[in-house]
Amino acid sequence: MSELVISNLHVEVETESGPKEILKGVNLTVASGEVHAIMGPNGSGKSTLAYSIAGHPKYTITSGSVKLDGVELSTLSVDQRAKAGLFLAMQYPIEVPGVSVANFLRTAKTALSGEAPKVRTWVKDVNAALEKVGLDGTFAARSLNEGFSGGEKKRNEIAQLELLAPKFAILDETDSGLDIDALRIVSEGVNRFTAPGDRGVLLITHYTRILNYIKPDFVHVFVDGRIVEEGGAELADQLEIDGYDKFVKAAKVDA
Amino acid sequence: MTVTTAVPNVAEAVETVASHLHPVASFDLADHPIPSGREEVWRFTPLRRLNGLLDGAPSAAHLNWSANAPAGVIRSELDTAAAIALNLPAPVDRPSALAVAQAGGAVLYDVAANAELDEPLVIEVSGDDPKATVYGQVIFRIGANASATIVLRHTGSVRYLSSVSLLVGDGAHLNFVGLQDWAADTVHLGHIGMRIGRDARVRTVAASLGGDVVRLVETAEYDGPGGELEQFGLYFVDAGQHIEHRMFVDHNQPSTRSKVDYRGALQGKDAHSVWVGDVLIRKIAEGINTYESNKNLVLTDGCRADSVPNLEIETGQIEGAGHSSTTGRFDDEQLFYLRSRGIPEDEARRLVVHGFFVDIIRRIGVADVEERLLAAVEKELELVVGNPDSVTP
Repeated sequence: MSELVISNLHVEVETESGPKEILKGVNLTVASGEVHAIMGPNGSGKSTLAYSIAGHPKYTITSGSVKLDGVELSTLSVDQRAKAGLFLAMQYPIEVPGVSVANFLRTAKTALSGEAPKVRTWVKDVNAALEKVGLDGTFAARSLNEGFSGGEKKRNEIAQLELLAPKFAILDETDSGLDIDALRIVSEGVNRFTAPGDRGVLLITHYTRILNYIKPDFVHVFVDGRIVEEGGAELADQLEIDGYDKFVKAAKVDA
Repeated sequence: MTVTTAVPNVAEAVETVASHLHPVASFDLADHPIPSGREEVWRFTPLRRLNGLLDGAPSAAHLNWSANAPAGVIRSELDTAAAIALNLPAPVDRPSALAVAQAGGAVLYDVAANAELDEPLVIEVSGDDPKATVYGQVIFRIGANASATIVLRHTGSVRYLSSVSLLVGDGAHLNFVGLQDWAADTVHLGHIGMRIGRDARVRTVAASLGGDVVRLVETAEYDGPGGELEQFGLYFVDAGQHIEHRMFVDHNQPSTRSKVDYRGALQGKDAHSVWVGDVLIRKIAEGINTYESNKNLVLTDGCRADSVPNLEIETGQIEGAGHSSTTGRFDDEQLFYLRSRGIPEDEARRLVVHGFFVDIIRRIGVADVEERLLAAVEKELELVVGNPDSVTP
């Protein structure tokens, strides 16, 4: 049983006119076996939450904490956070020219597990993981994300999720820009990941569409840098009908 | 500033283009005075570190040559006049003019027309005296429709002025790899001049890792339409090193192609790289396509990368012409992405630099040369990012 505990998290980003607070006290606990959806309008700070937990240098945690099984993540380096069991599927996966998908995956797996994966089974595992998300074997030899379509990049993120098997995965708008087939394939990958029941997922999304394929245990509405409403899957249905307007207006009144 | 003078009453408009970018090519030493350092083509080069090398004092010193020549390659020696009579691309600067004038003759490697070399011609050149001045002239002549891979590797210590000519016949294929693996005290100033036949295809790879001062000028011109040239290069410049690559592609024939892709990494105080890429598209050169790119990765403080792409276009009737130049530090987003998968920072940096160069290295097409070069790049990286085996925590 693992736990990702976010407590009173405040995060700043450097802007031209000085530091700007984006996250204004986020509290959230994700236990293994749970899927939490974070939904909110553009600019509400959803992606900032994802990136600051993963340790992106652009974001500064000014107060609060993020603990994974009691280990404070905010003092760890980016790669140490991954070793602690965290995975971030990015909205815009980065292209790394000249580094093959196969080489990248082997290096990551070696770093995470502390030993090189067995060559014979590993190649099979990689090909199987790519195949499951609809990427043929040629992708293993291609430069990481270079020249991949938007959908192929997202599928590649999910293949990594499957191979690297973290304790907690944050999916940052993994559904954005996907056509219906890709959305289904990506969702199936996430469901395979959670199936063993000992992994947690923080699913960040703007739209309810992906929730037709991935059933959340909890839905959190995120507005202006904090969670303003929480509920079960039915909250997403209500958002589908009413939109975020009500929450945005309420947040303005509070501010 | 470009001045074009059309010669009147010539049916096929011949033109001469005067430009500061590409000084007049000439075998006559008098056309190449000792540079002061204020000349456009010399302003980046640390002349003081040449210690009078350009005075041109005679020297009988030689480099050690060993060649692994496959069947179909014929070696001969020519006196200077006979060499020039082969219609070589003329020297474009004083070092190459001196190399021709003082070398006392040239070595010629001939690949007969229609020959297809099974194995690369590998020439190892090495010096053992950092004070010795050596002049060298070598010519590779690839007959029509022949196909050849040539590797010219430089090692050791010397002060070397060189002239290399690549005469590529109609329809021939040449893959030419030049490796500057010099010791840290070497000064090498050289010219590689190529003449590309009708429908011929030439690929060159230049890799410069060693040496104190290395300045290579590569020039290309076409003997007929349809010729294709690809030039790749990589350099890894350490503290105090000066590595300079100057390219000049003269599109003097229609429907010719050129592509240049040079990449360098710099690390350490006063590491200095220079890349100047000039492309001239003459009036006659309709339907050509050219693209030049130079990328520099600055790994530490205290380095300097000069990158100057130039295009001179005399006709708009072309397929395409472009260039790009980028110089920057590590891409934070790339490092973040790799590290977010558990890869430690050292290892992530190593992967990025490796990836930066591997696109160039894989163009070499000679497996053991590719492996050696990858190993050499790895070794350079150990200096800056620590032990490459630091995968395990």
